Amino acid sequence: MKKVILNIIENRALTSTVYEMKLSGDLSGITRPGQFVNIQLDGLYLRRPISVCDVCGDTLTLIYKVVGKGTEKMSGMAAGQALDVLTGLGNGYDTSVSGEKVLLLGGGVGVPPLYMLAKRLICEGKSVTAVLGFNTADEVFYEKEFAAAGAAVRVTTADGSRGIKGFVTDAMPENYSYFYTCGPEPMLKAVYKATDTGGQFSFEERMGCGFGACMGCSCKTVTGYKRICKDGPVLEKEEILWED
Amino acid sequence: MGRLSVELCGVELENPVIPASGTFGYGYEFAEIYDINILGSLSFKGTTREPRFGNPTPRIAETASGMLNAVGLQNPGVDRVINEELPKLRKCFHKPIMANVSGFSVEDYAYTCEKLDGQQQVAWLEVNISCPNVHGGGMSFGTDKGCAAQVVRAVKAVTAKPVIVKLSPNVTDITEIAKACEAEGADGISLINTLMGMRIDLKKKKPVLKNTTGGLSGPAIFPVALRAVYQTAKAVSIPIVGMGGVSSAEDVIELMLAGATAVEVGAANLVDPFASKKIIEDLEPAMDKYGIKNLKDIIGGAL
Repeated sequence: MKKVILNIIENRALTSTVYEMKLSGDLSGITRPGQFVNIQLDGLYLRRPISVCDVCGDTLTLIYKVVGKGTEKMSGMAAGQALDVLTGLGNGYDTSVSGEKVLLLGGGVGVPPLYMLAKRLICEGKSVTAVLGFNTADEVFYEKEFAAAGAAVRVTTADGSRGIKGFVTDAMPENYSYFYTCGPEPMLKAVYKATDTGGQFSFEERMGCGFGACMGCSCKTVTGYKRICKDGPVLEKEEILWED
Repeated sequence: MGRLSVELCGVELENPVIPASGTFGYGYEFAEIYDINILGSLSFKGTTREPRFGNPTPRIAETASGMLNAVGLQNPGVDRVINEELPKLRKCFHKPIMANVSGFSVEDYAYTCEKLDGQQQVAWLEVNISCPNVHGGGMSFGTDKGCAAQVVRAVKAVTAKPVIVKLSPNVTDITEIAKACEAEGADGISLINTLMGMRIDLKKKKPVLKNTTGGLSGPAIFPVALRAVYQTAKAVSIPIVGMGGVSSAEDVIELMLAGATAVEVGAANLVDPFASKKIIEDLEPAMDKYGIKNLKDIIGGAL
């Protein structure tokens, strides 16, 4: 974890509710895809955790959906403004166990952390298929970016307005050595059932601190209690215990 | 000793700043980013007889100038705290520590305190009879002076270490509870624990917290804490550890003027992991600004 001041260099809408923010500064705290940052915003007490979409040199890319006061405030910010950010939070994805034919399954704003992961895996010489799921054609983003990075991309939409009609689990290739996923919990549950290899899941939870101090975001796993912010957000398939 | 030093129940503190239980884990997350030996002490995560997961999530919600938590005393239980957590803490923190203890019966409190009494690094037992997030324990002992007295009596019987009782503000008159604890031999009082509150999610039209209610902390509660410390300092003669929304060196000074001997910093650590460090660094400049030579001289100065 590092506490740094990052400067906004770009903040633009990708869809009607999803924004891409680029920031520059010391990003040495970020070591793995799938980690997140925690952003302080004026007038709001708790920081806002946002997953890392990409780190390229000293430029950090974050993609966020406007869902509440914090992300609404972020969407109104402009280049030149500075943010107080805790970087390098969470365990991130472990690419060392992936094998050669890797499947990525992302849903909605669960897609962004898979982008840096795709780049990392491709850089390691692995072949990557990215299945990106959205509700409708209007919500689709980053299809071209994944393709440009060298991934085979399949887009699904729930209403069939773009790509394959259905969910990410309706567009999975037959053969893959390992998978990585991030998305809403119903999607993660469906992926859990539909996959037959090992894999890693990234979870979301309301957090207090984001660095393991408050126990606000704990969950039960096969290997004991874990803090989503510190021991996660990425859990291995075999350690997940679904509640409810 | 220096200008910042204070003495709490016979134990010297280099400065009065103590991260509050539940906001600092067992210290080592923070030791990764700064040398935590600059702290006066630290109060580690509330410990119970048996391991606890706590409440279902979500158990955190934001409020204006603060937050609600309904963690519910997640901890690995006293045996694992002693065998796993404290050895790790010892490696990064070399000063006396405050052991925070909670329970669900008078026997629980005595059992856990007796075990922690054997730990050399533990200088004080902070007996939490004020957790608002557990059912059938915690705060129910701290809202009745008879129950509070029973816990203090049972704990005093099993330890020679100073016993500091952590009180709930969710009562009609906090001074009555404090006096009952003092009468049973409590060596100090710490206050305030969180205030009970709730939020409702407008989209779901349901409480944000799965536990429905949670404990409010953060700057929003500082004036309530200050008032409770002030009133309690007038009512008892044992030392007081003040806390509740402390975010700056000025807040520390205010609480000490109201009668606190030491001050705990809670929610601020969660928002800025360097908060306790910054408060300590800001103390001397703030003292200079307000013409304070030694911190120990101002304790209760506004009473």
